[in-house]
Amino acid sequence: MLEPVNVSLASLNLATLAPMLIAIVGALSILVIDMVKEGLHKSLYVMVALLFLLLDLGALVDFGGVFLKNGTVLGFFDVMLMDGIAILSQIIIVAGSMLFIPLALTSKRFHEYNYPEYFALFLFMIAGFQFMVATDNLILIFVGLETASLALYTLIALHNRSKSFEAAVKYFTMGALAAGFYAFGAMILYAISGSVEINQIATVLAADHYSNIGYVLIAVSFMIAAFGFKLSMVPFHTWTPDVYEGSSAALAGYMSIVPKIAGFVVAMRLFEFLVHSGVVWLQVILYIGVVVTMTAANIWALVQTDVKRMLAYSSISHAGFVMAAILIGTTQANTGLFLYWALFSFTNLGAFTMLWVNRQKNLLPGQSSDHPYEKFSGLVKTMPMAALMMGLFMLSLAGIPPFGLFWGKMYMIGSAVSAGYTVLALIMALNSAIAGYYYLKLIVFMFMKEPMVGYDRFYLMNASLSLKTIIGIAAVGTIFAVLAVNPLLEVITLFVYNSGY
Amino acid sequence: MMDHILSLLIFFPALAAMLGFVVRQDSIRAYGIAVAGIEFFLSLWLWYAYDPMVSGMQFMESAALIPAFGINYLLGVDGISLFIIILSTFFTLIGIASLTETRRVKDMIITLLFLEMTMVGVFAALDAIVFYVFWELSLVPMLYIIGAWGGPLRIYASVKFFLYTFTGSLVMLVGMLFMAYFYYQATGMWSFSILEWYRLILPENFQIWLFVAFFLGFAIKVPMFPFHTWLPYAHGQAPTIGSVILAAILLKMGTYAFVRFSLPLFPDASVFFMFPIAIIAIIMIIYTAMVAYAQEDIKQVVAYSSISHMGVIILGTFALNVEGVSGSVFLMIAHGVVSGALFLLVGVIYDRRHTKLMSEFGGLASVMPRYATIFGIMMMASVGLPLTINFVGEFLSLLGFYKQSHMLTLTAGVAIIVGAIYMLAAYKKAFFGPVTNEENKKLKDVNKTELVGLVPLVIVAIWLGVYPKPVLEPINNSVESIIQLMHDKAQSEEAKERIPNLSDSNGIISMQEAH
Repeated sequence: MLEPVNVSLASLNLATLAPMLIAIVGALSILVIDMVKEGLHKSLYVMVALLFLLLDLGALVDFGGVFLKNGTVLGFFDVMLMDGIAILSQIIIVAGSMLFIPLALTSKRFHEYNYPEYFALFLFMIAGFQFMVATDNLILIFVGLETASLALYTLIALHNRSKSFEAAVKYFTMGALAAGFYAFGAMILYAISGSVEINQIATVLAADHYSNIGYVLIAVSFMIAAFGFKLSMVPFHTWTPDVYEGSSAALAGYMSIVPKIAGFVVAMRLFEFLVHSGVVWLQVILYIGVVVTMTAANIWALVQTDVKRMLAYSSISHAGFVMAAILIGTTQANTGLFLYWALFSFTNLGAFTMLWVNRQKNLLPGQSSDHPYEKFSGLVKTMPMAALMMGLFMLSLAGIPPFGLFWGKMYMIGSAVSAGYTVLALIMALNSAIAGYYYLKLIVFMFMKEPMVGYDRFYLMNASLSLKTIIGIAAVGTIFAVLAVNPLLEVITLFVYNSGY
Repeated sequence: MMDHILSLLIFFPALAAMLGFVVRQDSIRAYGIAVAGIEFFLSLWLWYAYDPMVSGMQFMESAALIPAFGINYLLGVDGISLFIIILSTFFTLIGIASLTETRRVKDMIITLLFLEMTMVGVFAALDAIVFYVFWELSLVPMLYIIGAWGGPLRIYASVKFFLYTFTGSLVMLVGMLFMAYFYYQATGMWSFSILEWYRLILPENFQIWLFVAFFLGFAIKVPMFPFHTWLPYAHGQAPTIGSVILAAILLKMGTYAFVRFSLPLFPDASVFFMFPIAIIAIIMIIYTAMVAYAQEDIKQVVAYSSISHMGVIILGTFALNVEGVSGSVFLMIAHGVVSGALFLLVGVIYDRRHTKLMSEFGGLASVMPRYATIFGIMMMASVGLPLTINFVGEFLSLLGFYKQSHMLTLTAGVAIIVGAIYMLAAYKKAFFGPVTNEENKKLKDVNKTELVGLVPLVIVAIWLGVYPKPVLEPINNSVESIIQLMHDKAQSEEAKERIPNLSDSNGIISMQEAH
């Protein structure tokens, strides 16, 4: 005889699903619009997506208020977990997406934007990421991760170039492998603790004093491999430059920001309790991973001849830099992670957008890739404003004060210093110096060389008003970051601290 | 308005530079001169309003920037920074007024105005992070000036300049973060204010590590041997205006930072490192003088002699007493005036002949008498002839260090005198003897534009050489308070002994007053 299950609707707290549901409803309504009337212009879909993202953001800000008043909200059989870092990361995800989606309004026509499915998939992907960060249930994390990733593979492939297919397939295979690793890791954690909730796992492991340490280590190795792929940590990074090169510059910029913050949050939930409970092996592995990721990616970036590949490696290096927060594990470091990523999203999206406006449909004879350095040669003489903007983003990425990323870097290094990681702090600082070289290389090309005939007609070829607006927003965010740092720091610290990280 | 004079001084050129984008190419020079002139008068006004009897900070401004991490927009000047600020505005004005560059003048002048903002900002900042912001930001305009208007190897030179300094200052940033963290541990509050840091007494081994971190940033900027290799390239490739600003102002950031940060923050470490640094300084003086003697290119001679004199500044700074430090601060001004003028003079001849090789010249004294006279005066000032500006600074620096070590001072003194050889030799090669090269026979003497830049420098070089008191007195007052602070903070017996006690009563004078 089965017992009837009694669940009151109020205890489900369905409101916790609201932000994701808004994105999903948005995706569905785009599909419905397409069903009713075909062949509508992409601008409609962009605006619909933007509106739903705005609603999503509103819901998240509302949750932020609730969180500050009542603390963490649980819902839907306690699977949904709306704590501070979930809300913060969702805000970054949604805000980053809002900056990304207007980039579809290029003045040239591109294949992928003719399909309304592109925008529907995009919103599904956001919902996936939102699920991923707003739970500590390993299964829901997996579901969110896969929803988002499958949508993302398709978005890449829709760019309709042979390199894009290659990129999508490569990303898919690597992603599938990572998913396998993740499933194995989760399975072992379940086996030793009897739970799929990370906080339950932590409690059980602490209660028996890590007597199953061998199994924990195996699980952690699988998890590190899985997140290594997702966050493109060296040596699991090999897909990144190729995938970035194959996708459109806009999407590459997006990939360097949004999927990673989702990954960071999950890594934070999963690894920090282990680091804190003194799993030395994990500390060592993370330490090595962070240092190698930062340094090796920087050195690879030095030898790139294509700006997009350079930015791909640079974003690997930035991810390694930020991974340090998970190793350090103090509130200050975790605050630094969010601050860094919020500032990074502005600057990096700006930089990739600057590539996107220069996207050419066909390569010139002798041109090996979309955005070789030579393409930007002497830009200051032909288009001073564009050169200034790109130079600004490069300086910010290099960490020159007072531009955006410097404050993130400073705070991260400061958190390493106050947690006693002196050597790590020095390595982080010196890596910024190495990175300085390749960012400078682009500045050298733009400001100190003569323009190359042939490339000049591609400058700003794609620039429409909405693309320029996004660049403007990114530039303002980069220049005046110093004014935003204090409020950001205060809010983020409050959220992170009250979530117990 | 006096309450915000420093903010005005910092941001006026930047604002003017932004508006400068609108000004048309053919009028930009006049615009630049006007802006730099207003800025210069503002800085003179600052001097006029400055009270030389007060040793602490004046015209302080404070505004919260990132209070959550203890970063404040904190400005102020004392006798040490006042004159370097005036020097910066003076050289920007002179640089723009005597600008002979014709390629893309508009970009150049806008860049120079931005550079002026960063220079004044560095010397007026009293918050470590604000200081760091301007310090790093000053690299960008200079990178552009060298890289866009320089010689054939300009890109290599500019990138080398940038990366060297950037690397050093990142280590310094880690040092600053540590300092703030120690302050946080001691007081429970984050603060990057230098004045707050002054009150923090650190254990000696902490001081030594932090000293090294800061030292890397400063030493590369100065540049001290063996980190000096970027400078000859930068000077060799930079356009005249770039070399002038680089030698006159940007290098002073390093030596100024020693006086502002290293000495008062780490008195014990300063004593600990006094002799090693003095030896490096003497190596700098002797080695670069020898290298200068071997140069064929007259600009390289001036560049190496500039490094050589920076060695004397370092030596004076690490004398750790009032004479030495005052002398070194004065020598910073003197070195700025003299080496700036020498680079301008080299630029004059380069504009005419498009070569800097000394073998191409000879007998210029008969063709260009006015030029030869000004060059002669400046060269004499450079080798430290009495009654010129450099003499005062060098003499005081050496006098200061004489109290610490007789032997090292004598070596340095002899080296400076011997150093006169290469300058005189260079002068002889270029100016005396018969005119051997046909092309030199019809060279025009200095014109009005160039005189506008050179004459004020000659006047300053002689005026401050004969009567240094108006400048030396405020410097002296502020340096006294720093030395007293160091003495009070010093913990080891040796440090107490090396750093003189200036007050009879043991009350702490100085920085606290300013609060």
